Amino acid sequence: MQARQKDSLLVASVKDSLGAAVITFALACVMIGLRVDVASGRGAELFLEHRWLAVAVAVLVVFAGRLAMNIFFWKREDPPSLNLSGLMPKGGLGAGSSNIIKYGLLGLAVVLPFVLMFWLGARGSRQYIDLAILVLTYVMLGWGLNIVVGLAGLLDLGYVAFYAVGAYSYALLAHYFGFSFWLCLPLAGILAAFWGIILGFPVLRLRGDYLAIVTLAFGEIIRVVLLNWYQFTGGPDGLSGIPRPSFFGLEFTRGEGGFASFFGLDYSSIHRIIFLYYLIFAMALFTNFVTMRLRRMPIGRAWEALREDEIACRALGINTTNTKLTAFALGAMFAGFAGSFFATRQGFISPESFTFLESAIILAIVVLGGLGSQIGVVIAAIVMIGGFEFFREFEEYRMLVFGMIMVVIMVWKPRGLISSRTPSVALSRNAKGISADLVQEGHG
Amino acid sequence: MSTWDNNPVLKVEHLTMRFGGLTAINDLSFNIGRGDITALIGPNGAGKTTVFNCITGFYKPTEGRLVMNRSNGEKHLLERMADFKITADAKVARTFQNIRLFGGMTILENLMVAQHNPLMVASNWTIGGLLGLGGYKKSNVDAIETAKYWLERIDLIDRADAPAADLSYGDQRRLEIARAMCTGPELLCLDEPAAGLNPKESLELNNLLQYIRKEHDTSVVLIEHDMSVVMEISDHVVVLDYGVKISDGSPEFVKNDPHVIAAYLGVEDDEVDQVEEEVGIA
Repeated sequence: MQARQKDSLLVASVKDSLGAAVITFALACVMIGLRVDVASGRGAELFLEHRWLAVAVAVLVVFAGRLAMNIFFWKREDPPSLNLSGLMPKGGLGAGSSNIIKYGLLGLAVVLPFVLMFWLGARGSRQYIDLAILVLTYVMLGWGLNIVVGLAGLLDLGYVAFYAVGAYSYALLAHYFGFSFWLCLPLAGILAAFWGIILGFPVLRLRGDYLAIVTLAFGEIIRVVLLNWYQFTGGPDGLSGIPRPSFFGLEFTRGEGGFASFFGLDYSSIHRIIFLYYLIFAMALFTNFVTMRLRRMPIGRAWEALREDEIACRALGINTTNTKLTAFALGAMFAGFAGSFFATRQGFISPESFTFLESAIILAIVVLGGLGSQIGVVIAAIVMIGGFEFFREFEEYRMLVFGMIMVVIMVWKPRGLISSRTPSVALSRNAKGISADLVQEGHG
Repeated sequence: MSTWDNNPVLKVEHLTMRFGGLTAINDLSFNIGRGDITALIGPNGAGKTTVFNCITGFYKPTEGRLVMNRSNGEKHLLERMADFKITADAKVARTFQNIRLFGGMTILENLMVAQHNPLMVASNWTIGGLLGLGGYKKSNVDAIETAKYWLERIDLIDRADAPAADLSYGDQRRLEIARAMCTGPELLCLDEPAAGLNPKESLELNNLLQYIRKEHDTSVVLIEHDMSVVMEISDHVVVLDYGVKISDGSPEFVKNDPHVIAAYLGVEDDEVDQVEEEVGIA
């Protein structure tokens, strides 16, 4: 018996494209070809417009596009999409190049405001320093969420709730009791950690998708409560006039006793921006320092073991309840710190800032960077937040471009940009990273 | 009165486990002697793993008592304890039929995770360790030494920094035993440790288990189908069939017990009624 002869590449492609063209024609006839419009000249009369040219263009575009995709991608034995990874720079970052990136970024972050000031002047650099502050906020949030999702493997879709708790803690404490930023910063972290434990308790038994749904709901509950508790939180009006942080008691104000006059500088509003930049930079580094240290401690190893296999953890005498709760609490605490920073930077907060989209962006940063990878989060935050702002010129196409970049990154590196895990303890000096293929993604 | 009844490390008393209408274990009583290697054998579905899950707290028994007598004199009633407490306080460790290593972590890390509880205490529940207080550093070094000791025992010291998932099947089995030993157990429960091993690996396993028994204050109970392992290393064999104990004694005794032969090999048609009556399943 002879196997059915396969059509040649061209014939098969043309056949397929013709099929697609016919479907497009059928759809476009109604959807593009006919248009009901209100005639402006003849009162409010409706009339039907025929746009056959547009239909023809649509059909042609689909035919040509599909033909090209068929010939060059879909019908080929060796689709270039498979070879895409080959075209991309090799991702297997050695310890050396990873270190170069790490210290390069750190050095850049330290000098960034002064380079920008020198280059663009106070007025021109403000916008970019603001953007850098935003990126660093997301780096800090990403690092915080990395504890929960990357290390402990607990998928949390409501992370922004803790960010909101932190922001509102500071705003409300300042509003009602007149507490200063430096007093509220630890309080906001503690309160957020407390809420992390409150969320943690009911979800202890849940795993994977179910955990994600409950955390998502928790995030929304917090936002809806903030939105509707008008007497206390100001509801949709938000809270304004949140006090700005001081530099060891020196306010960033014009005139006597301000930061500028104390140091004998000319007053400039950029001082506060630069101060905020270094503040969030220090807070982010603190987050990173604590996380990296915890990774090398029993609790951090227990988190990672929990991600790998919860039953085995219990068989080794690890209290999985406490382990999960500490992960939730610590992740939430850092979000609380970041939240109070956000409140003091903006001077105004409302529930608008804490929608699900924020959670999704933070989670996307963590996933894109590579679960559990600290430097990956930094790169992903720069790409995502920085890119988001840079593509402002594209206006409504911004999301499209953005989505395409994410798709390309995920095709190229399905396990995130930095997809190898560094052992937390090693006998030999040159222990290699563990390929992400072996590491569990954590579904609960 | 056999040796395992004199000073048992674990007494299983009238253990019954029902899943809905199914009685997986029915009124099972036996003792595990201190310092013995006890084998729990029986045909497929006899309830061996269920017994293990009851001992290690993964199931709560429907009826019965499990009394763990630690060498320091403490008594623990395992049926009342949470699973992680059984390992942490009663010092009962286990391995799994389908290996449950932390595949994405290195071999050394696997053994470090097993020493979680003493390290947590040494790090003052993380706070002291985070602040860099003295005690934790030393404990951490000690923990690595313990891990190295076991890695040498199982011949994996050269691969300490390799991910556990990269190991061959036999190495993974031995690593799982080493990991369980790192919790410092007084009773080690092994669920089919020789399954899927070749004769050479099986021999290494025998040596490892005998070493554990000889050098450490650890009694071993194992579920096994491989009779060469069971007969060679065990001091005491308990045979289960349909959740009921059908034989209990030395390997020699069990090997020649007609009930055991009947359970494994079946009996002549005309003997079925007689055997069933003796076993008590008629």
